[in-house]
Amino acid sequence: MNRIDKKLKEEGKLLSIYFTAGYPSLDDTVDIIFKLQESGVDMIEIGLPFSDPLADGPTIQDSSTKAIKNGMNTNVLFDQLKGIRDKVSIPLIIMGYFNPILQYGVEDFCKKCNEIGIDGLIIPDLPIDYYEANYKSIFEENHLYNMFLIAPQTSDERIRKIDSISNGFIYMVSSSSITGSKNSFSPDQINYFERIEKMNLKTPRIIGFGVGNKKTFNSVVKYSKGAIIGSAFIKNLYEHGIDSIPSYIGSIR
Amino acid sequence: MKYTVDKKGFYGNYGGAFVPEMLFPNLDELEKNYIKIINDTDFQNDYNNLLKDYVGRPTPLYFAERMSGKYKCKIYFKREDLCHTGAHKINNTVGQILLAKRLGKKRIIAETGAGQHGVATATVCALAGIECVIYMGAIDIKRQAPNVARMKMLGASVIAAESGSKTLKDATNEAIRDWINNPITTHYIIGSVVGPHPYPDMVAKFQSIVSKEIKSQLIEKEGTDSPDYLIANIGGGSNAAGLYYHYLEDEKVKIISVEAAGEGIESGKSAATSVLGKTGIIHGSKTLLMQTKDGQIVEPYSISAGLDYPGVGPLHAHLLESKRAEFMSITDSDAMLAGLEVSKLEGIIPAIETAHAFAAFKYLNFKPNDIIVVNFSGRGDKDLNTYIDYFKL
Repeated sequence: MNRIDKKLKEEGKLLSIYFTAGYPSLDDTVDIIFKLQESGVDMIEIGLPFSDPLADGPTIQDSSTKAIKNGMNTNVLFDQLKGIRDKVSIPLIIMGYFNPILQYGVEDFCKKCNEIGIDGLIIPDLPIDYYEANYKSIFEENHLYNMFLIAPQTSDERIRKIDSISNGFIYMVSSSSITGSKNSFSPDQINYFERIEKMNLKTPRIIGFGVGNKKTFNSVVKYSKGAIIGSAFIKNLYEHGIDSIPSYIGSIR
Repeated sequence: MKYTVDKKGFYGNYGGAFVPEMLFPNLDELEKNYIKIINDTDFQNDYNNLLKDYVGRPTPLYFAERMSGKYKCKIYFKREDLCHTGAHKINNTVGQILLAKRLGKKRIIAETGAGQHGVATATVCALAGIECVIYMGAIDIKRQAPNVARMKMLGASVIAAESGSKTLKDATNEAIRDWINNPITTHYIIGSVVGPHPYPDMVAKFQSIVSKEIKSQLIEKEGTDSPDYLIANIGGGSNAAGLYYHYLEDEKVKIISVEAAGEGIESGKSAATSVLGKTGIIHGSKTLLMQTKDGQIVEPYSISAGLDYPGVGPLHAHLLESKRAEFMSITDSDAMLAGLEVSKLEGIIPAIETAHAFAAFKYLNFKPNDIIVVNFSGRGDKDLNTYIDYFKL
């Protein structure tokens, strides 16, 4: 069974952390993963940095620019992750924009992920139809899940379709916005969380975008299996360094 | 129909809509409505009236006698420089503002590099009384102060894009992010035949007025509606798309697309996408783009701010791959000299973008009876400072 499914079957709400590989320093990737696992995080999204991250706010833009400047690229990331499964048992997901994956070669990329023990990918700008027509079988051969996004404007019909072809979880974007943490959620957002909850989808949902502290974490997990924190975690890395990871994660739950 | 967009938004291997899910509803709304709206009689009336009375169309097809003498062929200029705001860009913004109104949008966003598309967008927003926000790279804002002032006079807010390399590609990223944040109220007026489907096709349709007019004008002047060659400069490729549109399926008409080589293709300071580009994804479109081998998008360079886009529209990538169009790369210095030459031979100062198309002539051989139509895409007023600095005028 895919590690993601196994994790989703566990009791309780899941905390997933996104970070940009190669930030703050090029060689921090593995250390950050170890520290996240030790701190009790349930899942990790390793961000493959891209020069033009369309769906991201200033925090992830900056971390991506710096990571690329530090020398991060697909080959470097794969080298760093070699052997990671000797010590890390929680699900590992690579999240990145499509172009760097396309340049590496989608098939080679997936094979490499499989070798390393990556469980799934999140590629926000790879359209569902295009994935199904061109890459689905490659993902399956390499035991990789491809997780899709839904957002407040996504129609019910499309959500049903996404649900029917999803494996792992659905990445539920909390608001019509780019990434970046917020202090609270609006009544509109709560309505949206409730509306999707009532759809009784077969696929568990994890909510991301705008989650960054105990309060926002607790409010979204009422309506989902878990939450993803990205920008707020990166901001904490920037301000307090990687040794602060246990205390930051401790502050969430 | 080998050169029109297919149902999935592709031109051959290029195009599509590679955007985050958050933008899917916006593009879906556009995709489902744009053809219906454009073909609507009311829309056509409004559009054609504005093109006539506001933009100043039809633009002349001018026989450039002295230029023709020098290059020993028949050269015509399609005078898009005479459009209101000084370039072809307004053909598209007039169309899109009418479309945005019919979609009930209350707010317009756009990206701009040199400021021409920003000015054309601010202009139609003033005309329609709709709020207008223009994203422009922080570096470009410094370089293009007069156009920033124009946009502000026209009532637009100009927001500096401070991310990445702080130029056109980053301004485009910022505009897309704004659209993600404001999906319901806002329409995004993209300025070229780039971006996710249906933008490349929609912008090409609004620019197609250029070749539509040429067809009837050429009959009057030459007794045929088809030239032997069409020549256009190409950054994203909107003026080129307009010039070629009604001739794409007529393969007797040869097409030459002139891109910016900057300081030379091998110099590391170039925007010659046809040579330096590889297939990838930029701004939601699969096309040729300049990138590192890891797939990071590279900042291009040209003396002309309108040509330093790291990609080309997917239509143009398809025209190159299918050999329907021939591409040429012209350096800064050739373009500047051609700008001076056209000014002196014909009494018209071209935009530096347009000058790239004229610089192609010294590398081409035509027969005396060959009819060549060049898209005179914009006037040179905005580039005077660059001309002054370059030629120590």
